[in-house]
Amino acid sequence: MILPRLAFLSLRNRWLTALLTVIAIAVSVALLLGVEKVRTGARASFADTISGTDLIIGARTGGVQLLLYSVFRIGNATNNISWQSYQDIAHRSEVAWSVPLTLGDSYHGFRVLGTNEDYFKHYKYRGNRDLAFASGRPFDDLFDAVLGADVASRLGHKVGDRIVVSHGLGVIPQGEHADKPFRVSGILAKTGTPVDRTVHVSLEAYEAIHIDWKNGVKTPGLSPPPDAVRKLKLTPKAITAAMIGVKSKLSTFGLQRFVNDYREEPLLAIFPGVALQELWGIVGTAEQALILVSAMVVAAALLGLVTMILSTLNERRREMAILRSVGASPRTVIGLLMIEAGALTLLGVLLGVALLYLGLYFARPIIDARYGLYLPIAPLSSAELVMLVLIVGAGFAVALLPAIRAYKMSLADGMTVRI
Amino acid sequence: MSRSRAKTVRAGLHALGVDRVDFRWPGPHGFAIAIDRLTIARGERLLLLGPSGSGKSTFLNLVCGIAVPRAGVIDVLGKNLAAMGTTDRDRFRAEHYGVIFQMFNLLPYASALDNVVLPLSFAPERRKRVVRKRPVREEAARLLAALGIQGSLAIEGMAARLSVGQQQRVAAARALIGAPELVIADEPTSALDKRTQEGFLDLLFGQIEEAGATLIMVSHDDRLAPRFDRALDLCDIATIQRGAEA
Repeated sequence: MILPRLAFLSLRNRWLTALLTVIAIAVSVALLLGVEKVRTGARASFADTISGTDLIIGARTGGVQLLLYSVFRIGNATNNISWQSYQDIAHRSEVAWSVPLTLGDSYHGFRVLGTNEDYFKHYKYRGNRDLAFASGRPFDDLFDAVLGADVASRLGHKVGDRIVVSHGLGVIPQGEHADKPFRVSGILAKTGTPVDRTVHVSLEAYEAIHIDWKNGVKTPGLSPPPDAVRKLKLTPKAITAAMIGVKSKLSTFGLQRFVNDYREEPLLAIFPGVALQELWGIVGTAEQALILVSAMVVAAALLGLVTMILSTLNERRREMAILRSVGASPRTVIGLLMIEAGALTLLGVLLGVALLYLGLYFARPIIDARYGLYLPIAPLSSAELVMLVLIVGAGFAVALLPAIRAYKMSLADGMTVRI
Repeated sequence: MSRSRAKTVRAGLHALGVDRVDFRWPGPHGFAIAIDRLTIARGERLLLLGPSGSGKSTFLNLVCGIAVPRAGVIDVLGKNLAAMGTTDRDRFRAEHYGVIFQMFNLLPYASALDNVVLPLSFAPERRKRVVRKRPVREEAARLLAALGIQGSLAIEGMAARLSVGQQQRVAAARALIGAPELVIADEPTSALDKRTQEGFLDLLFGQIEEAGATLIMVSHDDRLAPRFDRALDLCDIATIQRGAEA
């Protein structure tokens, strides 16, 4: 057991260099694992955003684009679906349920989604989990709104608060629907999906607040008061998209074909899972690049380790000669250097893992709030563990270079160092 | 010479026998040494003299089995070092040798105790010899005390913080632990002043006699000769060649 003790004493003697090397390895390992966590978290977050929905339909466009604006509230629809077409599809025999979605307005940068109460019943996420209300309930009145968890927490709203939504999507709104304020009727529990960053109102309310708007511009003097609007028939003329659930999975393909071949207007039906995969395929290139960069950082840290050992070799030749004189074989000298390198790498890896979890603990709420990315604090996956074992192995392996050099030096020096 | 040591030396058993050894360091500036014959009796104290560059260190490397001759026999305690494999030579050196260097010969980051017990990590038989009498670290502390190193600060503190004289005594304790048959000393007193030198040699000789070890000490200081059983000039027993002529 003398080698580990000697390695420990020797490293303690060079504690500052050793500490810096360990920190360099730890930071690189934390970065590599962090990228991996974000990657798997983002993938899971994407995949978990919607479940239980068999088809999403919208105006004809790209599948990924339809998924982005209907589910992730990213980007805009190029066109709408007429209410008639939606009704035609929703009433087909193979359809079990359908949820209309209308987008366009915003509230303090959060999207406002027009839908109906079925949304709270049929929208599922993360393995068929239902939406739950943290407080309040779904729409009761025409001008009721249900807030996602992030909207409520970020803006400090509670049930009963009054809110005024803005027309359009930009940060600088084109105008406010101040004449028709909403009352917060409910706040949804946190889901870790774009639902958290959405303000939900009824389709009828969406119609009501736009009753005096023509071609994106408010018509002066034509704004009826809210009570008068309540008496009007508020059937929408068009919606942005719809979520569809079928009675039998076997009929999904037939329904998709029906929608894609719809004669009255050009429509598109997508499988959410397939579109998610397609979307991930696009993001995948950046993902690979990120992993590559992180791997390079780890390689650089290991190179630093080799440099540290190599740079101290000359001043340690006497130490090697002393070891040789007391019976240590050249292999022992190699072993000593490899144990040192392995121990530094192992410490670096352990510190890196600790840094990762510490970083996750503190950064998770910020990442969740700012980017909507839910990163669970979970144990390391087997792939991550394999990666760490490989890094420790690499730490031992890279020490071979200075170790062989030390071996040659100790053979040449014998017991007398000629420096 | 004490009675027991004289008996051992007179017995005619040799600790080291060198016979027609020929060695050359590799490289373009290779240094070559050839020794026809040299015998050192068990228990003998031999002083090997020679100026710098006379091949003393090369000779010690050969005797310790770190350098291997191109030809000839180096017989140590009845074993031919030149015929042994690397691992066997390393093990043999660990079991039967104690080496004292000129200076800075301790692991600076380890304590005096750690330095003294170090050889036992590579020599299981030598370790057993120690353990039969007392625990290893206790024996190390006893040896250090016998050589004048006492106090927890000196024993447990980093060796680099000891004075040169103290370091040499720690090195002597390291060479003597487990009573190796052969003690090799490479100019161990050259860094010491005259008074410290005398004191160190007294302590060293006392411990060597107690252990019954053979001492081969190289030095360029022929004033030390009266303290030894025999003094030899390396130039008289070895032929040296340098560079291309080697």
